[in-house]
Amino acid sequence: MASLFGKLTEKKHASANRAKERLHLVLIHDRTDLSPEALRSLKDRLIEVISDYVQIDANQTEIQIETDGREQTLIANIPLKSPRVR
Amino acid sequence: MNGKVVTITSGKGGVGKTTTTANLGIALASLGQKVVCIDSDIGLRNLDVVLGLENRIVYDLVDAIEGRCRLPQAMIRDKRFETLFLIPAAQTRDKTAVSPSDMVKLCDSLREEMDWIIIDSPAGIERGFRNALAPADEVIVITNPEVSAVRDADRIIGLVEAEEKGPAKLIINRINLSMVKRGDMISAEDVVELLAIPIIGIVPEDEAVLVSTNHGHPVVLNEKSRAGRSFMNIAARLNGEDVPWLELDEKNGFFNRLGKIISGGS
Repeated sequence: MASLFGKLTEKKHASANRAKERLHLVLIHDRTDLSPEALRSLKDRLIEVISDYVQIDANQTEIQIETDGREQTLIANIPLKSPRVR
Repeated sequence: MNGKVVTITSGKGGVGKTTTTANLGIALASLGQKVVCIDSDIGLRNLDVVLGLENRIVYDLVDAIEGRCRLPQAMIRDKRFETLFLIPAAQTRDKTAVSPSDMVKLCDSLREEMDWIIIDSPAGIERGFRNALAPADEVIVITNPEVSAVRDADRIIGLVEAEEKGPAKLIINRINLSMVKRGDMISAEDVVELLAIPIIGIVPEDEAVLVSTNHGHPVVLNEKSRAGRSFMNIAARLNGEDVPWLELDEKNGFFNRLGKIISGGS
């Protein structure tokens, strides 16, 4: 059991996984020409604009790029705040 | 005859473009096909030494394009297969000596006589790559299971798509299965998943490749070499045969799983 656990953690820390993760991120940015910095700024401005129309939960808002084959999709998850009872 | 133009490219240098061109040329000729390999790396001539034909060069690609010789005079016949020819690169000129439309014209005349025109592209994404890409009916991208080679391959795949020459086909060269098993090399599956184009071959790392290159005798001529057999399989797949994937790792059916990914993927 201990050796199995050892093997699993070893696999997790093996360099190939690290290479794959790093490549995954770098390829997204190469393909979209969108840096992590630009993505953060896009998110901030998106929150700003949407907040003009509807109340949103800025802390829960997520924006990310999803990959399907060679296609990239920008996914925004923006929870709305329930309207206050007046 | 209506020959097919296949361009072998990679972005990054040193991943095995010239080795692949030489081996696919020999393999297709051994299947009875008429093949011409073109070294389009002007100024850095290499395909001649890999094929062992360096002592036979009289005229080169630029001589043929600029009309200093007739096209057949620039085609060196192989010593082993009489249906295999090489058009060597010029050594004393640079990439600007040739234009993409020159390459299209040249390949159009070769199509009439040949089954296959295989172009060895230079590394990079500049003029030399554009020259090699312009006449292509099909593009093969070579990569190694290593971060910089995969990243450059992705860039090239995007450029090939932008030129409407895609989807390119992938060869993963120099896979070391014991490193993959211990988790220190990205697997072929992972590379296919990242690059998301159809795969046409996986070539294991094999000392026989260097040894055979030393002799000017491409490894595909060595039936005992695993890399040689892989190149032969790639040539057969190019030629339209349905070749099963070599079971390089029978224990966990690595290539069975890979086969599923390929048929299930886009």
